[in-house]
Amino acid sequence: MTMRPDPTFHASPKLAMEAPPEDFAYTLLLSPDFAKPDALAVIDAKPGSPTYSRIVHTVTMPNKGDEFHHFGWNACSSALSPLAGHAFIERRYLIIPGLRSSRIYIIDTKPDPTKARIHKIIEPEEVFKKTGYSRPHTIHCGPDGIYVSTLGGGGKDGTSGPPGIFVMDCETFEVLGRWEIDRGPQTLHYDFWWNLPRDYMVSSEWALPPQFENGIVPEDLLSNKYGHRLHFWDLRARRNVQTIDLGANHQMALEVRPAHDPVREYGFVGVVVDTTNLEASIWTWWRKGGQFHAEKTATIPPEPAAKEQLPPLLQGFGAVPPLVTDIDLSMDDRFLYVSCWGTGEMRQYDVSDPRQPKLAGSVHIGGIARRTPHPSGKTFAAGPQMVEISRDGKRVYWTNSLYSTWDDQFYPDGVPGAEVMANVGHNGGLELASDYFVSFPDGYRAHQIRLDGGDCSTDSFCYPSV
Amino acid sequence: MLSVGLDASGAGWTLVWLWLALIASGLYHGVNPGMGWPLAVSAGLMERSPRALLGALGALSAGHLLATFLVLLPFALLFVLAEWQRPIQLGASLLVIGFGVYRLVDRRHPRALARIPPTQLALWSFAVAVAHGAALMLVPIYLGLCQAFDLDAGHAAAGSLIKANLGMAVLVAMVHVVAMVAAGGCLAWLVYRYLGLKFVSRSWFNLDAVWAASLILVGAVALALNFAS
Repeated sequence: MTMRPDPTFHASPKLAMEAPPEDFAYTLLLSPDFAKPDALAVIDAKPGSPTYSRIVHTVTMPNKGDEFHHFGWNACSSALSPLAGHAFIERRYLIIPGLRSSRIYIIDTKPDPTKARIHKIIEPEEVFKKTGYSRPHTIHCGPDGIYVSTLGGGGKDGTSGPPGIFVMDCETFEVLGRWEIDRGPQTLHYDFWWNLPRDYMVSSEWALPPQFENGIVPEDLLSNKYGHRLHFWDLRARRNVQTIDLGANHQMALEVRPAHDPVREYGFVGVVVDTTNLEASIWTWWRKGGQFHAEKTATIPPEPAAKEQLPPLLQGFGAVPPLVTDIDLSMDDRFLYVSCWGTGEMRQYDVSDPRQPKLAGSVHIGGIARRTPHPSGKTFAAGPQMVEISRDGKRVYWTNSLYSTWDDQFYPDGVPGAEVMANVGHNGGLELASDYFVSFPDGYRAHQIRLDGGDCSTDSFCYPSV
Repeated sequence: MLSVGLDASGAGWTLVWLWLALIASGLYHGVNPGMGWPLAVSAGLMERSPRALLGALGALSAGHLLATFLVLLPFALLFVLAEWQRPIQLGASLLVIGFGVYRLVDRRHPRALARIPPTQLALWSFAVAVAHGAALMLVPIYLGLCQAFDLDAGHAAAGSLIKANLGMAVLVAMVHVVAMVAAGGCLAWLVYRYLGLKFVSRSWFNLDAVWAASLILVGAVALALNFAS
């Protein structure tokens, strides 16, 4: 309990953009063969520092096989919600779920990020017992607690009962229980986010654990059995109010990115692959007259490639699908960054007109067939994956691992962890920074990045940027 | 009714202080962000209209007014029993002190409040005023005013006393809410129009302990005055 709101809490996205830039990039490390415990790397992101773009601290977990994926802060700007009246918490703890183990680590980053340490461990049994869910994934700091989406239901393989969202106390980290009161037709889960003053949530669908834990199941993909729907929820009533099917061929609707400015009632979602033509797509969803709508607003075509350039999984297709596995929206809602993990490209779309995304910038790095090296000459294995944008929108960071078993299928030569950064031009355009290339210890892959003081996929705001 | 407080006797001065305490409590609740002025700012900015800001203030006032009146109501009815006035006053003081101590010990905010949607500001304001003891804080002041008024009016019939006490409850709730909406409204307007959103996080102090202490203070002062008289 503090006397003043945390100085990294901002009333509006505009104030968040004006705040001092990030000094550290927290990055999750996973051991894909479970030989070593997973870890949190603290990377120096302060230009001019002697340890710039290097790991300055590592928190190694006491268990193996957790499979770190996404993570988030215990509290953020949503604490300034005028409805909650509870702004006196700190952005201090990182909540790291083990996607495979269902164990949750709470990491204390104060007083100094370079001395971050484990504060608490929530064992899987507690999650199972109190929620009936498993495989915790996305973390969002809500005004009334920490919201955690899960990919699995109960039972050993996570298929008895649907997955959903549960809530944790943001100070004691006690698992409070399920969030949903009426889930409607929702049976799959992946990402979720919300518009707090407009009081709605949007969630997306990936797959059930048997469809991803041992690798992608090609038969399930080709028979369109992965997720392809968006669910819209009344946030405080905890009720599914509308479900939009993007069409069964639009397999794997993943990251949901609502506009940061709460007056804007729209957002985006990325679809990994269209099974009719291997295309990836960006969809815009919006609310009008109380109804939600969604339409495909950008497509990215597959790139033809010779059989010997392709992994066995793709050889029958003679092409590399772009595989849009992550998207992220800049704080001013102007640029949408799109990771094409298959073709090895980071795209920047100008989404000033949200239903007419315009390609504004692009860099190539890695890729199944292209294998573009980093400007420093170093090899960047796999392709751009988890992407994070600085609050001021001037720097875009990304890593290269998707998920242990899927990495091996698409990039059988291995995916040594790497993290790079690109500078954003004043009016768009992207250029890789040759002096930012983070190498990780042998045997580790890198997944999501979180910036100290918040980033473009953490904070949600209750006041508009006027 | 105000004229009752303006004669120069000792009881008159007590009345003046009670009315001032009532207005001060309104101003205090008004500037406390926990009672809702940032919601009025948010509404004004979200709708890009000062009218929305005023509308939100109206809803917040209505909720606070109703909460205050409903909390005063049982005391208004009980206070008719002349010979029980002193125990009622003592009991009310102890209740306010007790609630203050409870707020001091248990700082957790009631989670049920988080379920109220942003479209129901009046309900939110009502629930917050009840849950945080905002309305309770006025009970000792109200009882003091009733007592002074009753003394002045002499021993009237129970029926007219009930009427008088209820009238006083309405008046107390209204005066309090007018002071509150004046303070909160000014702040909301200043932030909306001139100070900007930075003021929201900069001005927000943790009042939890101060709030709890205020409850204890009001109860204690009422208790002390009761014993002194």
